[in-house]
Amino acid sequence: MSQSPVGQPLDRVDGPLKVTGQARYAAEFPEAGLLYGSVVNSSIARGRIIRIDASAAEAVPGVELVLTHQNRPPVASYDEPYEDDDAGDGSPFRPLYNDRILYSGQPVALVVADNLELARYAGSLVKIEYASEPHHTDLRARLDSAHQAEVDLPPPRGDAAQALSEADIRLDVEYSTPVEHHNPMEPHASTVHYLAGGQLEIHDKTQGVQNCMRYLEGVFGMEGKIRVLAPFTGGAFGSGLRPQYQLVLAAMAALKLKRSVRVALKRQQMFTFGYRPRSIQRLSVGADNTGRLQALTHQAIGQTSTFEDFTEHEVEWTGMLYDCPNVKLDYQLVPLDVYTPLDMRAPGAAIGVYALECAMDELAYAANVDPLKLRLLNYSERNQNQDKPYSSKALRECYQQGAERFGWSRRSPEPRSMREGNQLIGWGMATGVWEALQMPASAKARLGADGKLVVSSATADIGTGTYTVMTQIAASALGLPMNRVDFQLGDSSLSTAPLEGGSATVSSVGSAVQQACAGLRQKLLDAVQQMPVSAFAGARLDDITFADGSMTLTADTQQSVELAQIIAAAGEQEVEVSVEPGKERDNYATATHSAVFIEVQVDEALGTVKVSRAVSAIAAGRVVNPKTAGNQIVGGVVWGIGMALHEETQMDHNLGRFMNHNLSEYHIPVNADIGAIDVLFVEEHDDVVNQLGSKGVGEIGIVGVAAAVANAIYHATGKRVRGLPITLDKLL
Amino acid sequence: MTDPSANTGGIATCSMTIMLNGESRALDVYPWTTLLDLLREQLDLTGTKKGCDHGQCGACTVLLNGKRINACLTLAIMHEDAELTTIEGLASDEALHPMQAAFVTHDAFQCGYCTPGQICSAVGMVAEGRAQSADEIREQMSGNLCRCGAYPNILAAIEAAMPETRNRVGVFESGAPSGGHDGVREVKP
Repeated sequence: MSQSPVGQPLDRVDGPLKVTGQARYAAEFPEAGLLYGSVVNSSIARGRIIRIDASAAEAVPGVELVLTHQNRPPVASYDEPYEDDDAGDGSPFRPLYNDRILYSGQPVALVVADNLELARYAGSLVKIEYASEPHHTDLRARLDSAHQAEVDLPPPRGDAAQALSEADIRLDVEYSTPVEHHNPMEPHASTVHYLAGGQLEIHDKTQGVQNCMRYLEGVFGMEGKIRVLAPFTGGAFGSGLRPQYQLVLAAMAALKLKRSVRVALKRQQMFTFGYRPRSIQRLSVGADNTGRLQALTHQAIGQTSTFEDFTEHEVEWTGMLYDCPNVKLDYQLVPLDVYTPLDMRAPGAAIGVYALECAMDELAYAANVDPLKLRLLNYSERNQNQDKPYSSKALRECYQQGAERFGWSRRSPEPRSMREGNQLIGWGMATGVWEALQMPASAKARLGADGKLVVSSATADIGTGTYTVMTQIAASALGLPMNRVDFQLGDSSLSTAPLEGGSATVSSVGSAVQQACAGLRQKLLDAVQQMPVSAFAGARLDDITFADGSMTLTADTQQSVELAQIIAAAGEQEVEVSVEPGKERDNYATATHSAVFIEVQVDEALGTVKVSRAVSAIAAGRVVNPKTAGNQIVGGVVWGIGMALHEETQMDHNLGRFMNHNLSEYHIPVNADIGAIDVLFVEEHDDVVNQLGSKGVGEIGIVGVAAAVANAIYHATGKRVRGLPITLDKLL
Repeated sequence: MTDPSANTGGIATCSMTIMLNGESRALDVYPWTTLLDLLREQLDLTGTKKGCDHGQCGACTVLLNGKRINACLTLAIMHEDAELTTIEGLASDEALHPMQAAFVTHDAFQCGYCTPGQICSAVGMVAEGRAQSADEIREQMSGNLCRCGAYPNILAAIEAAMPETRNRVGVFESGAPSGGHDGVREVKP
């Protein structure tokens, strides 16, 4: 009997399409007569549009339309339709709604022409007169306008202030993290196909085709007339969680002209919507002189827009990761004249755990305890925020196996005590943690007359491997070879799926796929039992093995029937299911964990930092595909290195505008920045988290990495840099 | 696709021929059209990607006369009679180019958007013959950004495919100009 594909390191099923250039992304669906839109963005950060002179642009032959708030099609005038599945509290931004300018880079016009270059050129001819108003974009300068974030933080436990005042060791430290932009390689784009009858079929770059569909239906009052497709998404990392403005503008132009329109953003325009917000974080740590935690307080202040409150889980981790009797958490927001921040890979955890794990390293030195031993000393068996046990938590194994792989025991504890020539060597470590979420999801499974199993759900594959792992789960459930299973996604007409985010897709959609296939197994058994003289009469599903394209009586393997034969006799079989998270989850806390070990080389004279080695040990339950999951973790580590050393979107506060809005000056890691990255998955059995026992790996890879790099830099240099990114000027 | 006869204020298109993926193509091209937009918008060869349009990301890397270039940084009309190979032209018949196959085997991508550029760049880099070590490959592939962060797998794929790519007759045999083109070094046996 062939092995189940679940757990095997299989190649991506969409790999051949991607390496041959056949995978098509949102801006790559052609149509005769397609029009091209080019977005004009505001040059001021706050104020009003006084006048728009589009005459020069309109006079360019080939220009079909200059769309502005003055001539756009009608749109909803209340907030609800704009509140997509990832909206925060407040009034979502409405593209081309009125004359108000809320942030620099806000779209103010769309020039539509019959080719791309003309549209862009004509865009440069649109003259816009503004009435500017004073703006505020500097978080640190506006701390006095902070307000409490509307989130359910765990209530304070114990008396942190008292415990801090009595602690043998007390640290009060402040960390800061900058604005970062997602910058997926594929810029956001929408191709709106205008169909006869006025319906819209849209290829969009998104992590949620149904989210975009519902949004457009509401905004334009077009219920049932919109289909959104995204078979391939060229990276997103959160940038595709909310419908972005190019989608609205392209739809507006298509509706107005009754023509098909494409709007692709320029790289510079990828800096004109959501981003990871800048943060200022203050931690106080109290411990006894052995390093045992007595008190933790963590206050985060983040930026948001003037129209929405963006919140993320930033400080909760400090209450759950370590055993500590006295904890107080606080989270505040400062509204600025900027666009609303947006979930970006491990939102909240990436920056909150960075601060916590740097503070833990500082405590290790203050208490003269090895940083790894300090974590073990304060290990928490329960989630004290929720006062619940974990459904599984193999973090201890992550520490142990990661340390062994890295060679941590050979570390000499003193800063500046390891070197190779001019290079100061530093070894640092940190813990990572992320939620193991599950959302309601649906899937459909159909076994057809051609012997192929088609499984579908309106989820996305943003590079995460969704196509592949869902195919594995389905193939495993019905005992079919991978090449007889076709998984379909990225189409709003498919079964309902949640946003592809939060590391919840395998848990949510995977569970639905598994149960749809389980339903199909029952149907196939029922069908067999309808056949005359069935050897399967009276058999129950538990008595049956599905393998190698056949159904077999486990107790008598001579009794076997090919699934194709059942379909031939009984016709196509189809099952659609909706799966809710299991009730038993309520009794447990569910999370993924990691231990990250980093080696840096810091040039003593130049201050340049290279991460030469990384080990990431992950506890994420059952891993469906170690190849694609390992790649996810590697990507997360690369993101963590970028966060630690490179990434920062810099704002000119006089203009209220981002300055380095391109890939030349917004630095993301390149191949030469990345050394060896060793990923290991520790065994972690979990019957509670979901039926697959699988927790998801999209976020956990990045969490803790920036802290481990910062801690390694301290070990190498003796310099504690508390603001990211740690660029060489901060080390000289 | 752009209609090349569209009214553009009296500016005429230029006629040109180019050897594209082994096939001679006669084209009418506006003088301002980049090689990248020609491929993507006029010829529907969307395997060549646009990530920045400024030569900063490498997603549009193609092989021009065997040499890797950013298609966004050059105008189409500058390449009369050139030999151009895009990702669509790397595979022969049904078989993937060894570099393409290695990218699949080593899972050297996630979202796939930078992948055609990475592969063309890797094939061009092998032909240049300067990368002899892992660090040299990393350095010489650093013009191709991968936001998914698949760099270690990209390195592994290139290392695996290098010998076969070096020996390969095909894209360079047909694409190499006779003598002295700076992008095409001697192919090692």
